[in-house]
Amino acid sequence: MTKAQSLWNHGVKIGAIGGVSVLIIALVGMIESFGKRDIISGILPMGIAMALIICILVAYIAANKTPICEKSVKFANAVISGFVTSGFLALLVAIGRSFNIRDMFVGASPALYKALTAGIAGAGGIFLILAVGLICGIFAGILIILNDLPRKLIINALATIFVLGLLQELIIPIFKSWDFGVTNYLGKLFYTQNGLTIFGTVLAAVIYCIISLLWKANQDTIKTTYKDLPKGTRKKVKTFGFFVLAVFLIVLPQFLGLFLSEVLTIVGLYILLGLGLNIVVGYAGLLDLGYVAFFAIGSYVVAILTSPEIFSFGFNFWQALPIAVILGITAGVMLGIPVLKMRGDYLAIATLGFGEIIRILVLSDFLKPWLGGAQGIGAIPNPNFMGFQMVKPQHIYYLILAGCMLVVFISIRLKNSRLGRAWMAMREDEDVAQAMGINLVATKLFAFATGAGFSALSGAIFASKIGSVYPHSFNLFISINVVCLIIIGGIGSLPGVVVGAAVLMGLPELLREFAEYRMFVYGAALVAMMLLRPEGLWPEARHKIELHGDDETQTQTAA
Amino acid sequence: MFQKWKDRVTVTDIVMWMIGGTMLLLCLWGSVSTIRAGLYTSSHWIDFCIFGLAQGSIYALIATGYTMVYGVLKMINFAHGEVFMSGPFTGYFVAMAFWRSDFLDTHPVLGIIVIFGVAMFVSTMIAYFLEKIAYRPLRSAPRLIPLITAIGASFFLQYLFRGLYGSGINAYPDIEILEGFWMIFGIRVLKIQVIVIIAAVLLMLVLYNFIMLTKVGKAIRAVSEDKEAAALMGINVDAMISTTFVIGGMAAGAAGVLYALMFKQVHFFMGFIPGIKAFTAAVLGGIGNIPGAMLGGVFLGLIESVAPALFLDGLGIIAPYQLKDAIAFSMLVMVLIFRPTGILGERLSAKKA
Amino acid sequence: MKNLIRVFIAICFLFSIMAVPAVAGNVVKLEKGEPVHLAYWFVTSGPNTSLGMDSLRGAEIAIEDFGGKLKGHPIKLDGQDSMCGPEGGQAAASKIASDPSVIAAIGSSCSSAAKAGVPILWKMGIPNVSPSNTAPLLTDPASGPDFDGYLRTCHNDNIQGAIAAEFAYSQLGLKKAATIHDGSVYAESLQQVFSDTFVKLGGTITSQEAVSPGDTDMRPVLTKIASGGPQFLYYPMFIAESGHVTRQSKEVSGLENIALMSADGSFSPDFLKAAGKAAEGMYHSSPDFSALGDSYTKFLAKHKAKYGMDPEAPFHAHTYDAVMLILNAIDKVAVVSGDTLTIDRMALNKAMHETKGQKGLTGDLTCDENGDCANPKIAIYKTSMADIKAGKMSPKPFWKKY
Repeated sequence: MTKAQSLWNHGVKIGAIGGVSVLIIALVGMIESFGKRDIISGILPMGIAMALIICILVAYIAANKTPICEKSVKFANAVISGFVTSGFLALLVAIGRSFNIRDMFVGASPALYKALTAGIAGAGGIFLILAVGLICGIFAGILIILNDLPRKLIINALATIFVLGLLQELIIPIFKSWDFGVTNYLGKLFYTQNGLTIFGTVLAAVIYCIISLLWKANQDTIKTTYKDLPKGTRKKVKTFGFFVLAVFLIVLPQFLGLFLSEVLTIVGLYILLGLGLNIVVGYAGLLDLGYVAFFAIGSYVVAILTSPEIFSFGFNFWQALPIAVILGITAGVMLGIPVLKMRGDYLAIATLGFGEIIRILVLSDFLKPWLGGAQGIGAIPNPNFMGFQMVKPQHIYYLILAGCMLVVFISIRLKNSRLGRAWMAMREDEDVAQAMGINLVATKLFAFATGAGFSALSGAIFASKIGSVYPHSFNLFISINVVCLIIIGGIGSLPGVVVGAAVLMGLPELLREFAEYRMFVYGAALVAMMLLRPEGLWPEARHKIELHGDDETQTQTAA
Repeated sequence: MFQKWKDRVTVTDIVMWMIGGTMLLLCLWGSVSTIRAGLYTSSHWIDFCIFGLAQGSIYALIATGYTMVYGVLKMINFAHGEVFMSGPFTGYFVAMAFWRSDFLDTHPVLGIIVIFGVAMFVSTMIAYFLEKIAYRPLRSAPRLIPLITAIGASFFLQYLFRGLYGSGINAYPDIEILEGFWMIFGIRVLKIQVIVIIAAVLLMLVLYNFIMLTKVGKAIRAVSEDKEAAALMGINVDAMISTTFVIGGMAAGAAGVLYALMFKQVHFFMGFIPGIKAFTAAVLGGIGNIPGAMLGGVFLGLIESVAPALFLDGLGIIAPYQLKDAIAFSMLVMVLIFRPTGILGERLSAKKA
Repeated sequence: MKNLIRVFIAICFLFSIMAVPAVAGNVVKLEKGEPVHLAYWFVTSGPNTSLGMDSLRGAEIAIEDFGGKLKGHPIKLDGQDSMCGPEGGQAAASKIASDPSVIAAIGSSCSSAAKAGVPILWKMGIPNVSPSNTAPLLTDPASGPDFDGYLRTCHNDNIQGAIAAEFAYSQLGLKKAATIHDGSVYAESLQQVFSDTFVKLGGTITSQEAVSPGDTDMRPVLTKIASGGPQFLYYPMFIAESGHVTRQSKEVSGLENIALMSADGSFSPDFLKAAGKAAEGMYHSSPDFSALGDSYTKFLAKHKAKYGMDPEAPFHAHTYDAVMLILNAIDKVAVVSGDTLTIDRMALNKAMHETKGQKGLTGDLTCDENGDCANPKIAIYKTSMADIKAGKMSPKPFWKKY
């Protein structure tokens, strides 16, 4: 490839891709609506910061992908693509100012152009955009030329600042809630009402650099010391680590305050759901898109038994819970029977249908006298633990934690049992598994039943946490989300479920500003994650080998 | 004879047949009592059928795209509903521009053709880039992984279009020549529904003949049979997969405009439910099989329109149309109990399904 | 190892006991400069966005009119999207409830969201005033203590549904009616009130049908309705589904010429877009703004100046009154000591329930013990071809009872 070709292929083309991405986030309104919040108070609004990050990232990728080793070519590519990216924005501003494109693109508002051009009217603003693009390109070019260590430091320090700015809504209340002199002082030092202070920005970057340098210098010694420990001691260290983790999990909600505890309970419910589906999809390889049905059954059973609204059975939560789980398991078996013969996508659509059927039946006027119809069932009492009402998210958290521990324990035991190995054999190849003497019917039904039981447990807790159940809460998206989270986490892996739930359910809750763009970012993140890390965030060892092994094993992994 | 039969049939088979048989009996009982109660005249039944056919032919068009992609990639293209939405949503702005300038009144046919052109172009582009960005790099990954990218792409596209065009209510303008009724054999039929049915049938015929008769169609079929063998025969597999997406996108775009002309409202979420329905239709007919998808679509449309009145009214179930999706999915499960690979689906081996 | 487990269990137990007591202080303390935090939970996305945005604008104008400050503390308004459904209501209410700085909530837009969300808010001691939930059960004493912290400034559908039935039976003289709802709390209860009243007046209900939200093909269900031969079709649903029914009812034989009627949930210019020409001659019930006085005219001028357009839905004025109701009550119960402001949310709730004769845009507001504060004037509007061309709902009532 000649230099000129590379300039075209890597500089201009990648720049154009970046340009389209920046255009998209500008036109969907992200730059404008995130402009209200500052990363660095008074200097850098979040929207502009995002545009800059894309610009720099694109320039960096362009340079990185250049196959020619000469640094000058790489540098040139970075500058060109940075410039091209900003060119798209400049074009948007130029067109948008002179024609009315707002009838079609609602986001193309004057406020957007003002934010992009820093309020400079006329050609000056457009030149400003181009100049900033050029600077971003040069910055990325310099990063490429630098050595590994300073490059990493600069990139990560910038990322730290961005994250601190992004999560300010979360960090400030934590500082405030402790209400010590020190934390108050720190809070004021780093943050203003809106964004980081300049001093805080610099300080955060410096602190990050110092910590990472210290870690770099010492990480080898720490690792080798641990490795050199005798086996018994290492085990003790591990046990101690587990112990610390347990205490941490128990203490956690006491420090986090209401909102974060609420987020934790949401994540926890999804962990429960994920662990259940993990058995069906991850262990047994049966793609179930109607998983929400059992969640709904669990919720409705608790609602009907405990709420005085429809029937006054007068059960309390603890009496209703086992019934909910047992009925969930029964429903799992009932669904399992008709779909026994179906495979792959036929199974997926049949289960999806089952989920929808349950939701529609619950919603229907026909069953209203028994299930409440569209009006749902309210007034579900909170669980009562030895005379103690669990009202706040902090209290429900313990309930969910207990549930999760139980389910994790069962999952681990099942995985290494005879049944677990039968599931995995079935996942790899049904026909071969049957030939080896595995009873497919029983094995499949067990998988559906176990998954359904966990899901019903989650549903039961959900109903008593939220205090009311409505058919609309049990839509297809819950099933889809749960499938996504176990695959993002790493299919078949228990820690993966936890990580997946935290990332897919927890993060979007934390980034409140993203409310309107939540699904947009979520969708893009799902695609990106699968392209970059198809094995998931915390994969099971076997799957990792499959994905990164040779090609033959890959094509055979029919899930 | 009996011994042979006994060997082949297991307890689960019997349970499954019992479930299927019970559902069948319920349907029959419902139908008989509805008809005996005489709630509806024959003209009502004809109306139900025509409404169902029009809706079903749109499902069939979308399902064709689903099934073709399934044929070549063996994956559920969850984002196909969004491909369907993108075209008519963009076409809406063209339609409104034409309507404001009275172009739609003076040259209605030309105007509608341009709207179709724009919508099909946008849908095609979305489908093409979708494959290129989200699916191609994952072609050799386990099957669940492209499913997740498809779901991700579906969300992304929905909210991209919501961000671009807004989340409010948009409705296509009334086009004079498409309004009103025709009398066909003494039955009053909506013009738009006749047009939708004819257009959908024409498009499907073109599509079917393209796949069956042209060289490119043959290549696509070869790729869906066996990618590696096709590559050895000198077929450019990547290009054929892209072509499949392009064709599927065009069909979806056209279906989208037909849908918009029939129901008027367009919004960012409009593709989701038809997408799921079309997927159901494709599975019902036997996924991977083009005539099957068409059959499945029409069948599903008819079930949605006729079944609630026919099956449930007689059983004394109130507000039966609320349950139409439940009936449709129950029918699906029933069909799959007796034919686990759909109405026209071949008996696939485990590897393929 | 065994010891470890014992210690572990002991610690578990310790912390479960230590867990924060059930009902935490319902008192919010504001330091100097900290804002008085009100949270809204309107619908701000999806097909009913106009309903929520209209309310939000009303709330913003109210805060401006109040002066933006309460006893020296700025008033802060932010919120969540409750999406016009119970699942959105649950999510939005949980988020608001987990923010300890929220003093009172305003919302939701749709009754389904309120039915799910209000108990969640009240569990954390946050009182709520709704500008547009009209479902009767929300202020029904039978709903129980979960709804003690709930008030509303809009009418109760017991009134709206009854007026619709009276209009159809007495004014139009029609004896056979059919209804459709979409499985939302709002539509379901409104059509029930309508049906009950209609039957009581002496009419017959030929069928009560239901569709699912997101359905587009209403023709089959309309054909089924046509088989009963009704003269009047009542479908108090939201914009998208009402639009489909309006259009498609003209295409179903037997329903071409019957009277159509919807309610305030679709009384918006967006509905005219959705229904097109088919909306000609159909009726809506909605609050009567022509009966309001000068203050409403002033409000309209402010609205136009601030947002460059007229209100989009019927509940902006109710929201204005709701915010005023909250702010006046806070003003009454807030205790100033030095720089800090202390607000007891229980006292606030009580004060709001005791509001008497507060001058509002929608009339004088007097709240009863159940939380109904409105002084409702419901009128019937008829859409003409001129309205459709102008893209605005008819400003003049067609019929009113009073």
